[in-house]
Amino acid sequence: MSFSWAKQYEPKNQFMRWLDERLPLPRLIYGAVGGGYPVPRNLNYLWNFGVLAGIFLTIQIVTGIVLAMWYFSSADGAFNSVEHIMRDVDAGWAIRYAHMNGASFFFIVTYIHIFRGLYYGSYKAPRELVWMLGLVIYLLMMATAFMGYVLPWGQMSYWGAQVITGFFSAFPVVGEPIRIWLLGGYAPDQAALTRFFSLHYLLPFVIAAVVILHIWALHIPGSGNPTGVDVKNEKDTLPFHPFYTAKDGWFVGLFILLYAVVTYFAPNYMGHPDNYIPANPLATPAHIVPEWYFWPFYAILRAFTIDFILPAKLWGVLAMFASILLLFFLPWLDKSPVRSGNYRPVFKRFFWLLVIDVLLLGWAGGSTATPGVVALSQIASAYYFAHFLIILPLVSMNEKTLPLPDSISSSVLHGEVQEAAPLGSKSRAKPATA
Amino acid sequence: MGFLLALPTAILGYFLRIGWIRTIGLFVGAGFAGVLLISLGSTASTYLSNPPEPTAEEEFHKHPKHLNLASDGPFGRFDEAQLQRGFQVYKEVCAACHGLNLVSFYSLEGLGYNEAEIKAIADQWLIEVPSVNPDTGEVATRKAVPSDRFPDPYANETAARAANNNALPPDLSLITKARHDGGAYVYSLLTGYRNQAGYKNEKGEELLKAFPATKTPQGLYFNPYFPNLNIAMPPPLSSTGQVTYAEGNPAPTVDQMAKDVSAFLVWSAEPKMDARKGTGNAVVLFLLIATVLGYMAYQNLWYSSKRKVAPVGPLDPVNKAKRNRASKKAGIKS
Repeated sequence: MSFSWAKQYEPKNQFMRWLDERLPLPRLIYGAVGGGYPVPRNLNYLWNFGVLAGIFLTIQIVTGIVLAMWYFSSADGAFNSVEHIMRDVDAGWAIRYAHMNGASFFFIVTYIHIFRGLYYGSYKAPRELVWMLGLVIYLLMMATAFMGYVLPWGQMSYWGAQVITGFFSAFPVVGEPIRIWLLGGYAPDQAALTRFFSLHYLLPFVIAAVVILHIWALHIPGSGNPTGVDVKNEKDTLPFHPFYTAKDGWFVGLFILLYAVVTYFAPNYMGHPDNYIPANPLATPAHIVPEWYFWPFYAILRAFTIDFILPAKLWGVLAMFASILLLFFLPWLDKSPVRSGNYRPVFKRFFWLLVIDVLLLGWAGGSTATPGVVALSQIASAYYFAHFLIILPLVSMNEKTLPLPDSISSSVLHGEVQEAAPLGSKSRAKPATA
Repeated sequence: MGFLLALPTAILGYFLRIGWIRTIGLFVGAGFAGVLLISLGSTASTYLSNPPEPTAEEEFHKHPKHLNLASDGPFGRFDEAQLQRGFQVYKEVCAACHGLNLVSFYSLEGLGYNEAEIKAIADQWLIEVPSVNPDTGEVATRKAVPSDRFPDPYANETAARAANNNALPPDLSLITKARHDGGAYVYSLLTGYRNQAGYKNEKGEELLKAFPATKTPQGLYFNPYFPNLNIAMPPPLSSTGQVTYAEGNPAPTVDQMAKDVSAFLVWSAEPKMDARKGTGNAVVLFLLIATVLGYMAYQNLWYSSKRKVAPVGPLDPVNKAKRNRASKKAGIKS
């Protein structure tokens, strides 16, 4: 940790001293999430979503390991093994619904975490690698979630696998052989199901490893904060434990409460009814849609409807990959020295436009492709690319930003002199005239 | 010549100023946005030159009617008497064509049957379980036992299609989870058969006048709750008293039988629903208390490190003291 005032670990007893001298694991934890990690004192609740994402990763790994004890990755038996878990295994329904909705909640908290980063400029120096490792986690999450959705081998599982692996066939010459190589056959079947299960079990541990790198890279400069102003001295920070463990603690409780309400009372709300029909390669569902967390990308894919130089399908696939890959370049696209959107009036407006844009894309991706929906996804996709690749660079070059507070501790009083005047101070402002 | 070079020089200078990542980004962004706008133009011109015509399904397909079941909502629980009636309807009407191959006989305890009753139900089930003759090794069937799942009514898909005019009666185990608004969908479908001649939607349009080509073909039945309006299943519930309910139960009208069998199929899709909601209530209550306690701990801990805010207006101690002095002076007790 880079701050000189960070507290050092002091073993409390003989055993911990003995351990610390041989394997300083307690020291590592103390410095990472204990009293030895100084955190800006002005974090708002949007800073709780990183910890929440970690909690949901843990929930997914634990429930997933238990499910794998009962799940049977066979094209003939997968669907029935999931129903066996739901009907005959003790509390199997609880584990399966927890896993199914845990995936959705993992994405909900991750999306909030990403948009918090976008608004507060968390991708800017010196945290570029934190941002990029986060995007790697996000890509791994998408792959894991997609393969997990295939495992119950329902209609949407099967046809989702068909459509998504079909992306690769958009690439000329090499595309189709790659698709067949990935699936282990011409269409999703036993080979695809088994390898998806294998990778679905592997990738969460890869995610956990990248999470460690993500946190490691974060702890070099320390956490950002809503003002975007660097920490200057000890007055600007509080030790992570007990202050932020307490703040995270109750907020995690609140979010787990929401998760429990959905899991126990509306467990299929975020799923698709067609996935309760066993996979049938001969019957295509009326509307193939991915899970909700992929809808914005699905809308971008479907927005390209004409063969302009390249085939429309290839445009769609390229744009879909580009829509995520461009985020890796964000630290260099947005060169404004001011991090926080709070002090960037023009950026702030475009940020909220982007939020609305992505919500519209999500809605369009989940809807049937009528001409109106297609037109909307075309406009919204065009804005998405324009936002990151044209508007953001121009705004960051020309924007007149607001004055930044001198420090984090002075920002606490920023513009609130009257309210914040300490009791008994001479400079008490007069109450407004009645 | 100078002006010919001025523009490229200015453009080059601009790109050098903004850096290569942003230059490439600008071209990529403009490329994607441009192709999207061209696509938008083609969407619009297709729409204008060739506007999509409304289909019979869009205009005449109906969303399910509302259905109230005892199992609705976080505190709803299955009504065992209704489930038993629904099971009776399934057994006497649906089971001839529709399987329930994910449901075990033993799980009928969820309907309130005891072990002996379940044994009897399995033993008397008309369709027998595929088996092997223990003496000859030949293919045979045997009577069902409680640990069996409900045997399928047909040996395989081909047999099912052959017996049903090439239509496949779906297995009903998960039917209410595999359709939007499943329980209400089954109820609406069972009570939704109509005479197609003269059928009008809410807007008063007559189906056969608006879409003469949609006349129900021979061997299908018109039902506006079915996605494509024509279903291969003949109306299964046709008259009051088709199933004889035991005494003390409501009269077996078509509507009542449809409700009961829908309730049963909601159960068959998720027999553990009562346990789920019961556990859910306890879990939510526990988390609520834990979260409130956690919040209080957080408030307590942060109290000293939060800035103190001086009360203003009527709560300002200076003003409070003034008020008290004035009241005292006027002889008013606060």
